[in-house]
Order: sequence, then structure tokens, then C-alpha cells
Amino acid sequence: MKPEGRLHAAPPRRPGQDPWWVRWTLTLAAVGVVGLLVIVPLVSVFYQALADGVGTYWKNLIADPDTRHAIRLTLGVAPLAVAANLVFGTAAAWVIARFRFPGRTVLMTLIDLPFSVSPVVAGLVFVLLFGLQGYFGPWLRAHGLKVIFAAPGLVLVTTFVTLPFIARELIPVLEAVGADEELAAVSLGARGWQVFSWVTLPNIKWGLLYGLILCNARAMGEFGAVYVVSGHIAGRTDTVPLRVEKLFQEYNTPGSFAVASVLTLLALVTLVVKVALERRVAVVEPEIPPDRTRGGES
Amino acid sequence: MSITVKDVTKRFGKFTALDHVNLEVPGGSLVALLGPSGSGKTTLLRIIAGLEVADSGVVWYAGEDVTRRSARERNIGFVFQHYALFRHLSVFENIAFGLRVRRWPKDRVAGRVRELLRLIRLEGLERRQPSELSGGQRQRVALARALAAQPRLLLLDEPFGALDAKVRQELRQWLRRLHEEIHMTSVFVTHDQEEAFEVADKVVVMRAGQVEQSGTPQEVFDHPANAFVMDFLGNVNVFHGRAQNGRLHVGGMQVAYPEYPHDQARPATAYVRPHELDISATSEGPGSLAARVLHVNPAGSVAKVQLLAGDSGLALQVDLSLSRYAELGLKAGDAVYVCPRRVRVFLPDDYAI
Repeated sequence: MKPEGRLHAAPPRRPGQDPWWVRWTLTLAAVGVVGLLVIVPLVSVFYQALADGVGTYWKNLIADPDTRHAIRLTLGVAPLAVAANLVFGTAAAWVIARFRFPGRTVLMTLIDLPFSVSPVVAGLVFVLLFGLQGYFGPWLRAHGLKVIFAAPGLVLVTTFVTLPFIARELIPVLEAVGADEELAAVSLGARGWQVFSWVTLPNIKWGLLYGLILCNARAMGEFGAVYVVSGHIAGRTDTVPLRVEKLFQEYNTPGSFAVASVLTLLALVTLVVKVALERRVAVVEPEIPPDRTRGGES
Repeated sequence: MSITVKDVTKRFGKFTALDHVNLEVPGGSLVALLGPSGSGKTTLLRIIAGLEVADSGVVWYAGEDVTRRSARERNIGFVFQHYALFRHLSVFENIAFGLRVRRWPKDRVAGRVRELLRLIRLEGLERRQPSELSGGQRQRVALARALAAQPRLLLLDEPFGALDAKVRQELRQWLRRLHEEIHMTSVFVTHDQEEAFEVADKVVVMRAGQVEQSGTPQEVFDHPANAFVMDFLGNVNVFHGRAQNGRLHVGGMQVAYPEYPHDQARPATAYVRPHELDISATSEGPGSLAARVLHVNPAGSVAKVQLLAGDSGLALQVDLSLSRYAELGLKAGDAVYVCPRRVRVFLPDDYAI
């Protein structure tokens, strides 16, 4: 604290402006936390991955057949889950934004459920449903279908975990755009599919892309639910995140970090695309307001 | 092509938007659905368009029952209140939309769009985005888009509602001229009685989901069916009094009212339009009411005089011709007499004001 006598000499403060030491302390705290919890780990992933040189790094990624398989598996599972959510999310968002029906709020809440449920629980539920001892297990087995400890299970839980991303992103966009243009298209003779692809889709494309990017990032990075249903079988059901963990458990730190760096890169790319899209979504032509100011020339 | 709406009812939850409505739109005419907000006029328009489905009742286009047809199959042109232009498409593509949907060949599309651009006088702006147009221009694009595929009828929902007064005036006259050129059966919704009277061949006044009156603007204005219509169609002075023995008593004033010859007094309301009241310096007997001039506004085609009548303190509005105003030399504070030239009396159970 400053001595009393100097107080009156201080420049008058604007209301709402805090003293410099408050601002600096808070800023430093925020920067410090981000640096410690985000930047340092991020840098260390790449540092560890490249600790033995680029050659070793590349070998860690490519030479191990199990790692190669994990990358291939993730590249297969994630797009399938994203595609499923593209269809489901768009349909659900459209229904919720356009119609008022009994159970609408329940549907909205249920779409959010995967956000609040622990992925491990989600995985267990699917094991319970489709596992050998599960409700559908015997039937699936009788028909020679394998869901748990196999790729279909991975797709299923990944879809579940990423369910909210696209629907959540699209509902506010659809509500902001409004139904007027769709109605106009119908009045002009457009069929349902034409209305969607010629009017609705162009209006929501940036929001949709944004949702897709986030959904994909989560799908590729999912660990908990996938861990439970995959059985963690190297070379068969290990996805990239599972592979990272396994390599780490096997004391193969450089290998583990090399694979981790791939996931981190994916996260960084997602972040960049996301920021670019956010700008796009914000700039995208706002709803045409009823014009009262520019009506002069006609 | 004529439109017939028979006994149409539409509810939204507990709210009855349309209550057994009947409507007749003669082929080639321009009809205005006029009413305050919540009167059901837009719902009726949407049901005619097929954008909304009636709970009961039928809609006919000429001899064809279209009640179960979707808007897509009805081949109509619909102009939305806030234009609803496709914001991601250029003016050209907006107008061409209905033609692309119908898979018109490219050169015919281009020809038709050019024709419409000429009609709405926006040649040269076809590459603009809707966001680069003024309100009036957007409205005309919306109209051209609706007309492009040669619809059987044109439906307009508050077409000029979002425009400023001057543009609105111009577009009204333009719409009227356009209608005279193409003679397409048209229905438009408005809450502005002036707009309805200026543009329409036939006016349908609606209130609370029902049609109160329909007829030519002249008929409706001169012979309002009830107090609501009278009140809705422009400024009116309201006198509350009682009817007895063929006369209406308001304050110290008496007016002949032969429609009520009974002995028993009954509350009644008299309506007089501002231009149907005269002002004189001296009393004209029991047919006039003492009043004091509050304010005079002679700027315009008539002099608008505000008065306070008699001891009851009733505010009155009188439109005087400028010559009559000059003759009287009125100014605020003058004691004068007000004399109705024409009175319409409604017994209040028709409509409580």
C-alpha cells in the first residue's frame, strides 16, 4: 500500500479500471497457467518425440507394424463416426430448430448426454449391450458378427461420444437463419431435397464444417470409451491414442511421444482451422434485416 | 383464376387463428386482407398458398379443390414480409430459382430473368447479392422471383410493411400498375387501411379470425358493417350517448336516428369521421355541440382542428377545408360549435370500444 499522503496525487481512476498491480497480477497468473499447463506440455511432446533425431522419430512412426495399424485403424474409424454424426446431427438439428413437438426438449437434452457421461461408462454400456454376455451378444455371435473387441464397436462408441458436436453447432445456426428461405423455396416449387441442398445447406455450410472439424478431432483422440470396447489388442483394435498409452507402458518413451506428436499435430491443425472458420461463421452474411435506411433509391 | 375459401378453421394450440372463414376472390382481381395483428389475415394467406394446412374447410382454385395440395404443387407466387431472398444467391439466381427447380433450359431461364429484371426496373443489378440492395429493391426482387415461373396467382404478405413511407408509396402505385398490366389474381395482406384502399379492387376486413366485411373500398368505407370496421378504417370521433324515440342524445346534442323508434332508452355510440364534422361560430340549435379549439394545424390539404367538446371534455378531431378554415379564422382558445354532417350509430352490443 502507498502512504496515505500520496493518494490524492494519483491520477483520477476511471470507474471500472483497476490499479496496475491488480491487472498485472491477473494477467501474469493467466499467462502463467496457460504456459505451465498448455505450452510447456505441448512443446515437450515434440521435444521428447524428436529427442533422438528426426530419423529415429520417423522410424518410430513407420517401422512398427502395430503403430502403422493403429494409424490406419484411426483413419478408418474416425471418418465413419463423423459420417454417422453428419447425417444424424444435421437431421436432429433441423428437426429441433424447425419444429415444435412433444419431447423436443428431451431430445435436445439427450443429444448433450454424451458430453456429461464419462466415456468409460459409455464404453461399458456398449460392452453390456453387444458383448458376449450382453443382451445382443448371443444373437450377434450366432450370426457371426463381432462388435465388441472389433472395429464396429470402435465406430459405435466413437459415434456415441461425438454425438453432440454437429447437432449442437447447427441448432443455433439454423435458428438464426430462420425458416423463411426454406418456405420461399417450397413456394417456388422446390422439393424437399432441393430445399435442403440449394437453400439450407449453403446457409449452414460453415457451421457444419466447424462441427465436422471438432467432431473429427474428438473422434480421433477418443480414449476412454474406445479403451473399454477395443480390448486393447495390438495390431488389431488399438487406435492411435491406445497405441500411445501402450508404448508408454512398455517404456518406449520416444515411440510413445512420436505417436503422441501425430495426435498433437492433428489438434493444432484443428485449432487453426477452427479459428479460421470462427471468423468465417461470424462474417457470414447476417440475416437480411428489414431495411429502413437504404430504401431511398428505387 | 378465382379463389374460393369455404368454412376454413385453423387453431394453433388453444388460439383460434381462423374461425369458419369464407372468402371469394374473383379471377384477375387484386384483393386486400385487412386487419389488425392477430386477426388471422396472414394465416389465411398461408392457407391459400398451401404453406399452412387448415384444420377444416376447403380451398378451391377456380374449379379445382387444392385443399390437400402442397404449396409446391399449387404453382403460386408468394412474397414474404421480410422478402426471404436467398442470401447466398445473386439477384439473377434468386429470380431464376423457380425456373431451375422446374428444370427450364438455360437460355429460356436467362431470357425470362432478363424479362423480369426489366419489369422490376433492376436491369444491370443481376449480379448483386441481396445484402447489397435497398429495401425497395429487395422487395421487387422478391416479387420478380415469385412471378418468374408464371404462377396462377400472386400472394403477398405485408409486402410493404418493412419499407419507409416514401418507398412504400411508390411501390404501392407500382404494384397497382403491374397488376393492371398482367392481371394476375392477387391477394395481399396489410394492416394499413390506406394501402388496402389505394391498391385493392376488393377489401376484406378481418378481426379475431373472422371476416367482418368485404367489398369494394368505396362500399366498405362508406357503409361500414359495424363499429369495428368503422373504427378500423381511419380516424373517427366517437360519441357515447343514448338512443330513444328516433333520436340520439349526446351531451346537449341531438341527432336524428330513425332506426331506433322505441321509447326505451338504450346506450348507443355514434361515429363521425373528422371530415364529416363542421365548425361554426354560432350555435345551430340542438344538432350542434359547444366546443373549444385546442390546436389548429393548417399544414396540409386540410386544416386539422383539435377541440374539446362541451362540459364532458370529449376530445374531437375535425378536418376542415382550407377555405372554410380561412373563412372562420380559427385559433386556439376560440369557443365554437361543432355540427356533425353525417353520423353512423351502432348499438354497443355490436362492438365495445
